[in-house]
Amino acid sequence: MADGTAIERRQSRVTAMLLLPTTLWFLLLLVMPLAVVLVFSFGERAPAGGYEAAFTLEQYANLPARLTAFTNTLTLAPLGTALCVIIAYPLAYYLAVRAGARVKLMLLVLVIVPFWTSFLIRTYAWIYILGGRGIPRLLDMVGIEDLRLINTPTAVLIGIVYGYLPLMVFPIYVSLEKLDKRLLEASDDLGATPLRTFLQVTLPLSMPGLVTGSLLVFILLMGEYLIPALLGGGKVFFVGNALVDLFLQSRNWPFGSAVAIALVVIMLVAIAAYLALVGRERTRSDASLI
Amino acid sequence: MRLYAAFIYLFLYAPIALIVLFSFNAGRHAASFECCSTAWYPRTFQNTFLIEALTNSLIVAGTVATLATVMGTMAALALQRVRGPVRVAFDVLTYIAIIIPGIVIGIATLVALVAAFDALNPLIAALWPGGPEGAPRLNLGYGSVIAAHTLFTMALVIVIVRARIQGMDQSLIEASADLYATPWGTFRQVTFPQILPAVLAGFLLSFTFSFDDFIIAFFVAGSKTTLPIYIFSSIRRGITPETNVIATVVLGFSLTLLIAAQVLMRRRARGAGGGGAAP
Repeated sequence: MADGTAIERRQSRVTAMLLLPTTLWFLLLLVMPLAVVLVFSFGERAPAGGYEAAFTLEQYANLPARLTAFTNTLTLAPLGTALCVIIAYPLAYYLAVRAGARVKLMLLVLVIVPFWTSFLIRTYAWIYILGGRGIPRLLDMVGIEDLRLINTPTAVLIGIVYGYLPLMVFPIYVSLEKLDKRLLEASDDLGATPLRTFLQVTLPLSMPGLVTGSLLVFILLMGEYLIPALLGGGKVFFVGNALVDLFLQSRNWPFGSAVAIALVVIMLVAIAAYLALVGRERTRSDASLI
Repeated sequence: MRLYAAFIYLFLYAPIALIVLFSFNAGRHAASFECCSTAWYPRTFQNTFLIEALTNSLIVAGTVATLATVMGTMAALALQRVRGPVRVAFDVLTYIAIIIPGIVIGIATLVALVAAFDALNPLIAALWPGGPEGAPRLNLGYGSVIAAHTLFTMALVIVIVRARIQGMDQSLIEASADLYATPWGTFRQVTFPQILPAVLAGFLLSFTFSFDDFIIAFFVAGSKTTLPIYIFSSIRRGITPETNVIATVVLGFSLTLLIAAQVLMRRRARGAGGGGAAP
């Protein structure tokens, strides 16, 4: 018995030691920094930039000064996510259901490869394509004149879809791949139209992948900086661009901290609302299946 | 349907092909293309700033991947034995580290480190044996980039390795213990070979993340430059054919890494499969 507790004590010591570095990292580089940002958001800007201790809600009251950044983010991030879903779904469906077994793996790898190469470089390629000598020039030849693409919301949306499409295809593919193909046959045998089969069988069963994919993309988009910086040209900017400006250029740390806190809160609320909505839809469609 | 898929692949690869093509520009300006010359390649590699940025990025990414893999795997192994509030706290912290946008992590690290350094530097100077003049000053630099990158990648490794541990056959570990293997022996001979693919995947993901990350490094690198920061500022200065050469080299590098990883994993999988089939 004494032997057993000795072993247990030894084991818990090993466990504690294994967890020690991660715990330190979490405390010093996650909990403490976020706490500092929270404290700073109630402070005042020092005359030379940076932070001066205070307790005021002034920074939060001042948030409407950056309203455009928030409205841009909150329209273009959900819109970009939705576009990714719409464009990724047919491809994921093709890969999971239609593509032959031989080419499937190859095609799948080809979707993922771009995601593993530099995001910065892939985004900057679009400066060429959307710029004056790219697509607008081609359109000019066929008679559509003076179309401006670069530095517009459209350019930012194209950048978003291009950057995050692989991240959306993959989870949808995984859930479609797991789907029992006999269910589709059964639905067909029972006289359902392909559309009805899709809406009542395929789509509900692929919801987990769709939800995972859209959460991944949405979360990354909420903090996006590079795409608006490169393709929005200072005209279409996100909260991320406002944050870079506040911390690195104008050095207004307390206000920047308030903007960062607001961004995280809005993001968490949006995720919670989305999950609640999806959960309700899911129980409703389950009920309709019965 | 097939046509649609073909169109998407064109959409995914045309911009990359364009960059590669433009790196063989014979002209002096990036905006117009004259076919074809490799003249920009040697010129680019004589750029010492670029070489320095590339070296920095490789060192940072290598360190980050090693730290994150070791620490994350250690934590994942320990967490299977932990229950209750400690476990919940760890789960929550892991997901917070993954969910919080990179830009917020960058800002938080910047602000916290600057505050900490402002407090610590006078203290170090006062306590330094050789007098305040010779005292080292803590500053933003590679250390802070490594620390901030390791936070996110470590959380990623924890999630990946834990998923693998949960999918593992627990009876093997019990069998090993029944056969009087020491805990270390069980780990080395049973657990580790099984989680190895997840550990390797975690390492590669961490390396790629760190090598590719712009936004966190932008905030916490101080006066130092990593490759993405260098590329970003050269885009800001105006794209030259040199930028395209760098881009092509980076693309080639990550592609090589990806293929190497693929080959490695496949050989591993086959080796493990063969070993398992042997009586």
